[in-house]
Amino acid sequence: MNAGYELPLDEAAYSFGFLDEFAKREIRRTVLKAISIPGYQTPYASREMPMGRGFGTGGLQLTLSLVGAGDTLKVIDQGSDDSVNAVNLRQFVELTCPGVNTTEHTAEASLIQSRHRIPEVALTEQQVLVLQVPYPDPLVVVEPSEARRKVMHGEGDYSRLLTKLYEDIVQFNEITISHRYPTRINGHYVIDPSPIPRYDIPRLHQSKALVLLGAGRERKIYAVPPYTEAVPLAFDDVPFRTEDFLDEQGQRRACARCGARDSFLDELIGDDGRKTWHCSDSDYCNDRLADQSQPSAEFVR
Amino acid sequence: MGYVAIKGGGRAIRGAEAALEALRTAEGAAGTPLSLSTIEQQLRLLTSRVVSEGGLYHPRLAALAIKQMQGDTLEAAFALRAYRSTKPRLLEAPLQDTNRMRLIRRISSAFKDIPGGQMLGPTNDYALRLMRMDLAHETPEAFRDVSRRFLDGVADTDLPDTFPKVVEALRAEGLLPPLAPGKRAPFDITRDPLVFPVPRSAALATMARAETGSLLAMAYSNMRGYGDVHPTVAELRVGYLPVMLPHPVTGEPIEAGEVLMTECEVVAMYEGPTAGGPPVFTLGYGACFGHNETKAIAMAILDRALQKGMRDGPGNPSEDPEFVLLHVDGVDSMGFASHYKMPHYVTFQSDMDRLRTTQAKAAAAAQNPTRGVPA
Repeated sequence: MNAGYELPLDEAAYSFGFLDEFAKREIRRTVLKAISIPGYQTPYASREMPMGRGFGTGGLQLTLSLVGAGDTLKVIDQGSDDSVNAVNLRQFVELTCPGVNTTEHTAEASLIQSRHRIPEVALTEQQVLVLQVPYPDPLVVVEPSEARRKVMHGEGDYSRLLTKLYEDIVQFNEITISHRYPTRINGHYVIDPSPIPRYDIPRLHQSKALVLLGAGRERKIYAVPPYTEAVPLAFDDVPFRTEDFLDEQGQRRACARCGARDSFLDELIGDDGRKTWHCSDSDYCNDRLADQSQPSAEFVR
Repeated sequence: MGYVAIKGGGRAIRGAEAALEALRTAEGAAGTPLSLSTIEQQLRLLTSRVVSEGGLYHPRLAALAIKQMQGDTLEAAFALRAYRSTKPRLLEAPLQDTNRMRLIRRISSAFKDIPGGQMLGPTNDYALRLMRMDLAHETPEAFRDVSRRFLDGVADTDLPDTFPKVVEALRAEGLLPPLAPGKRAPFDITRDPLVFPVPRSAALATMARAETGSLLAMAYSNMRGYGDVHPTVAELRVGYLPVMLPHPVTGEPIEAGEVLMTECEVVAMYEGPTAGGPPVFTLGYGACFGHNETKAIAMAILDRALQKGMRDGPGNPSEDPEFVLLHVDGVDSMGFASHYKMPHYVTFQSDMDRLRTTQAKAAAAAQNPTRGVPA
């Protein structure tokens, strides 16, 4: 390079949403196709983002292509707004998308980007949920070749996946898939719903909110459109089961902070080795705590 | 306690940044910040690697990335790629002619003498890898002296500029198939995802910005026996390629600049007649930004292996386009390896739920065999 060359000082000035306009347009087109064919893994070029592949670059590209001034964004990781990765992604959007508000409250958000969880509070028609996806294809556990998997999806051939579930039952008397539970969308394509727990799978079914799933590294976008069938693979005599959080006595465990018995719980091991359980959805937990600290309307009266 | 650790995420990130910056400047009063031109010139092979794997020819920005990432090639190439995402593609360059490269080095292991002659140029190939202790305390005077003396007394006219390509001679003799003009526009991997099967141009583009070590490992598997390319280097050349772009007004090609690049053509064993013609040698092609001979050779071998795999079906991992092309990108593979460091509390909770349930069932079955696992 020329000896006299100097880097221009504005070299690192970025456009709204970081990505160039062509990239955003491509992603929006891909989203439209994904919504039109529920559960179909729509390929797209996928740009490199300034955070690691695997850190939510697929979700982030969706968010950056969809978000506009006046939108309110919530970013969570493991259910928490304050987890390092959620903070990082939120700060990046704040940096590159002037005019976009951010929130920690599920109900206030128009766009929610999440890794590994769907919020406890039911989403509405006015909201879009973006899920970060490491492995977009549920068939990868039975077929490594993407070309062959594409044919299997086209033919609706999920027999090897069902066989895997059956073999689990034979070997363990239980289906051992814990998260990323294969779920059939609109009666045809089976999706990897991202590493959400089984607990969250029923929230996809007939969801009022649009759910978009983005895999940046694997360059796929797919969708569960609003009011769409989302049915986890199971057998008539072996139903799909979610995490039940029962204690030794068979009682549903409660969150040690807010007392909720209807939320997905994180298991914590204290310095003394004792276990406690807290809500994984920090906003849900905080809201419940806030409600409890306020005197109830009846009490005031 | 566990829960607290994920709280205060913002503060933790800022702290991590500060700690990293403190290590970069840990020499303290004795330290001198690295200038970008120092990195670009003195760590030229490192810069080469980063522009190549970053897929963006910008040596100065690559030098900045190297400085910022404290010498991590994966991270530096990654930063360059991310920077690239912010730039629109203004035009598509026409095909560039590597015959016109201004060479600093070119060799052939196929022929003792080649048109234009062998030119060893800057290479460590035949240098003894003995520690040069004199570099440990090199003075600025000695440093400057070397560059002043090199080419001293050599007239510019004595320096050859371009060389004919060795494979042209092989083609003229009918040992290689004639060049077939590409039927399709080259596949642009930055604008289209790889959906298999992919054309050869997609494979070449993917390998051109692949991570050097990953590409080498795949190619080495073929060299050792998981494959049978058995290449001969027809020509390896390193030099500056003039980049010709259409003039925005007249449309005439003009030289917009030049890129340092490495190009390798390997000749491999012949295949039977394809379209009725006589049997001919086959060719593997490798090229990348910067001076990176190992990468160009590995790529050329893999190109040959993949062409074979695309034709006959893969017999080895290195002949399988999906296996090779989806696993050689440094940004993808490094990113995914790193992501395992992120919290996975929720999924692990789910894993424990399955294991505990399965354990409980196994225990119950052991206690009461008649109510155990159905046969």
